[in-house]
Amino acid sequence: MMETETLMNHNENHGSQNEILLSVRDLSVRFEQDNQQPVDAVKQINFDIPKGKTLALVGESGSGKSVSAMSILKLLPYPKASHPSGEIFYNGKNLLALNERQMCQMRGDKISVIFQEPMTSLNPLHTIEKQIGETLLLHRGMTGKQAQVRILELLDLVGINDAHKRLKSYPHELSGGQRQRVMIAMALANDPELLIADEPTTALDVTIQEQILQLLQSLQQKLGMSILLITHDLNIVKRYAHHVCVMYQGAQVESASTETLFANPQHSYTKMLLNADPSGEPAPLPAICEPLLSTDNLRVWFPVKQGFFQKTVDHIKAVNDVSLSINKGETLGIVGESGSGKTTLGLSIIKLIRSVGGINFAGHELASLDQKQIKPLRSRIQIVFQDPFGSLSPRMSISEIIAEGLQIHQPDNKAQHEALIIDALNEVGLDPDSRHRYPHEFSGGQRQRIAIARALVLKPDVIILDEPTSALDRTVQKQIVDLLRDLQAKYALTYLFISHDLAVVKALSHKLMVLHRGDIVEQGNASEIFANPQADYTRALLKAAFNL
Amino acid sequence: MALISNTPSLSKMSPLNQRRIENFKNNRRGYWSLWLFTALFLLSLFAELIANDNPLVVAYKGDLYFPVVTEYTELTFGGEFESPADYKDPYIQSLIEDGGQGWIVWPLIRYNYNTINYDLPVPAPSPPSWENPLGTDDQARDVLARVIYGFRISILFALVLTIASSIIGVIAGAIQGYYGGKIDLFFQRFIEIWSGLPVLFLLIILASIVEPNFWWLLGIMLLFSWMQLVDVVRAEFLRGRNLEYVRAARALGLDNRMIMFRHILPNAMVATLTFMPFVFNGSVVTLTALDFLGFGLPPGSPSLGELVSQGKTNLHAPWLGITAFMTLSIMLTLLIFIGEAVRDAFDPRKVS
Repeated sequence: MMETETLMNHNENHGSQNEILLSVRDLSVRFEQDNQQPVDAVKQINFDIPKGKTLALVGESGSGKSVSAMSILKLLPYPKASHPSGEIFYNGKNLLALNERQMCQMRGDKISVIFQEPMTSLNPLHTIEKQIGETLLLHRGMTGKQAQVRILELLDLVGINDAHKRLKSYPHELSGGQRQRVMIAMALANDPELLIADEPTTALDVTIQEQILQLLQSLQQKLGMSILLITHDLNIVKRYAHHVCVMYQGAQVESASTETLFANPQHSYTKMLLNADPSGEPAPLPAICEPLLSTDNLRVWFPVKQGFFQKTVDHIKAVNDVSLSINKGETLGIVGESGSGKTTLGLSIIKLIRSVGGINFAGHELASLDQKQIKPLRSRIQIVFQDPFGSLSPRMSISEIIAEGLQIHQPDNKAQHEALIIDALNEVGLDPDSRHRYPHEFSGGQRQRIAIARALVLKPDVIILDEPTSALDRTVQKQIVDLLRDLQAKYALTYLFISHDLAVVKALSHKLMVLHRGDIVEQGNASEIFANPQADYTRALLKAAFNL
Repeated sequence: MALISNTPSLSKMSPLNQRRIENFKNNRRGYWSLWLFTALFLLSLFAELIANDNPLVVAYKGDLYFPVVTEYTELTFGGEFESPADYKDPYIQSLIEDGGQGWIVWPLIRYNYNTINYDLPVPAPSPPSWENPLGTDDQARDVLARVIYGFRISILFALVLTIASSIIGVIAGAIQGYYGGKIDLFFQRFIEIWSGLPVLFLLIILASIVEPNFWWLLGIMLLFSWMQLVDVVRAEFLRGRNLEYVRAARALGLDNRMIMFRHILPNAMVATLTFMPFVFNGSVVTLTALDFLGFGLPPGSPSLGELVSQGKTNLHAPWLGITAFMTLSIMLTLLIFIGEAVRDAFDPRKVS
């Protein structure tokens, strides 16, 4: 930590002597809408990017960071978008005054972009070689052998092993991290002076995030380019940016060097962002420990079939011999990267996926029950899903959504449903008057509250929380975590908390289980594991998440 | 504000549907086609009041008679026989108008679809005249009257067929898509085989066994037309069963039928409604084709297909072919325009 700070200090002093590469003055972006007031997405922001330095644009979703960055490249949907004020100077040239043809020469040559989603920003029908070669052909006129040499060089540069074997690969043959590396190679193909990285790691696992960001940092040092880093993750900013610009609802609320901003934030919004990391201790455990839910060598294997007769040649072991046990009122955090089988484990416990092995819930052996027999127990185990947009039916009003479970499990007291729904909405901090509205009228955080209310209205013993916070902004995450903790204390709820976000898990869990490719890597008391991880994999995860 | 949010929103349409209706109205062509088509269809539903060989109202000796609805004998009007009154007969007309000082209100067209005009100046088919605005066919029947009745029967047939095959198709697709696995596999293979059967041959064979009427034809064609929607609905259900809110519903303990009906079907309905106008069109065309070949509705019934075939055999009487062509093309074009507008209205990517 000390080392990075001195390094940054050094850079800072050095940077002030450096010339400014890109300078944005009073930039505003307005979107015209049909039959509606135009929306000012960006309001008079100012920032400078010195040569060879990283500027971070920070803000929550909808704060206008991406729009600001895209206006540098003039990639907004003109003429619906317009700039009521502002100039963007690139080496003294006003980019907003350039015509489309001149802009095309800038894009991909002087200024390059890396997008958030490596799955969709590569064309699935073209090979890696062709995609990188395209920019080379456009701006350098390189073809054939000459281009191939350069492509190999680039792939080596971004750390893709066996680059010559990968030339003919298609995007789907690469992992998420490799795809993002290819994206970076494409962006670097013409030695850009400015690299715009729009949430370059959000879609990646934490350990891969780390690698990609370090790669960007080392490339910056090697090539001396400037980076405009767009992110919502302050952890990343702290470690990789020299200067930070905080945006809130289109306006710039604070701009300072990274060091000053983190040491002494001025604006209240910045302070809130900095304090938004989920914190606090898990709710206190009830005095009596009685085991409520346990599994015994639970196994979910998907067969891999091959050949004409579809013979099973192998299995994908999504969940492999997982045994766990939770006491009443406890939270078990299940941690792992994507593909580790944590969601599959959650689904198999409530028997939404077929599994082998024992599942014991409050004295009932769930594994041997069929769908009819399990129905009365369903009200006692509920689940909250990750995507607050996908988990609520868009065609039903809030009260219909919450009432659905009541109609199944308490069909006799219809008269009380309304009162129960109002209670549940109050419980999760929503206005009960809004219960006749439809999901699309609510924000992500509010929707997640509705999903929790749907589970809560049945008065369950166990709630399985499948990444309930990962689609939300940090400040909203914190609110949801606080809500979950309060509810747990109030009703002695038992949580099975599935997440890849260790900060959130730490704030809620009593026990912890680390999964890797379907196997348990480590399990035990949460505080012990966080303090003293045993397995290498756990250590790597913790290091990436908390920058230890 | 509180008042608004407190009232249940059942009567209010969801914003999504409001936007769809808005989109539909914005497509002027489709919107006007719908009005025009509806007007034509409603008019044709009252074909008996527009084209009939019985008068609408007859006043005879101070009493009112309604021959359109009730059958009267000649005796009622002072005739000699106990046979149904033939109002086209000048004798009967004179009995009513002169003898009873009554009057007769005729429909716009004084011919039913099966009325034969016996006093044509030229041999049938006769060209358009004031008496028969679109001429007569080769059996001296008024073409305009036949078009009106034929239009009605085509639309009604297509409507019933479309609704019935949609219901069967949606159910079949829903079951395949939702349960997947072996059910899906076997059902799909069955559909592949079933759709490979030559429909026309089967109809020809069946037509030789039974006398095809409206309902027989409907049933036989239903055997094959239900498959059109299966694929779309099946795909929607395959996708829908893994949606998170469907999983959440399963976790709540909803049974399969409820999940299919309440959670996935609304999604599949979009695809279904988008396809329906085109299925409808297809049904109209199939019926016309069968009539043209002579395996359709029983002989004598008003049908556009029969008119087409008359036009083909009587090339020297171009009013037959032209009328059939115009009627069919206007009807099908209107339907296609409506279908396009519906499709656009349901298109989530379309920004109005």
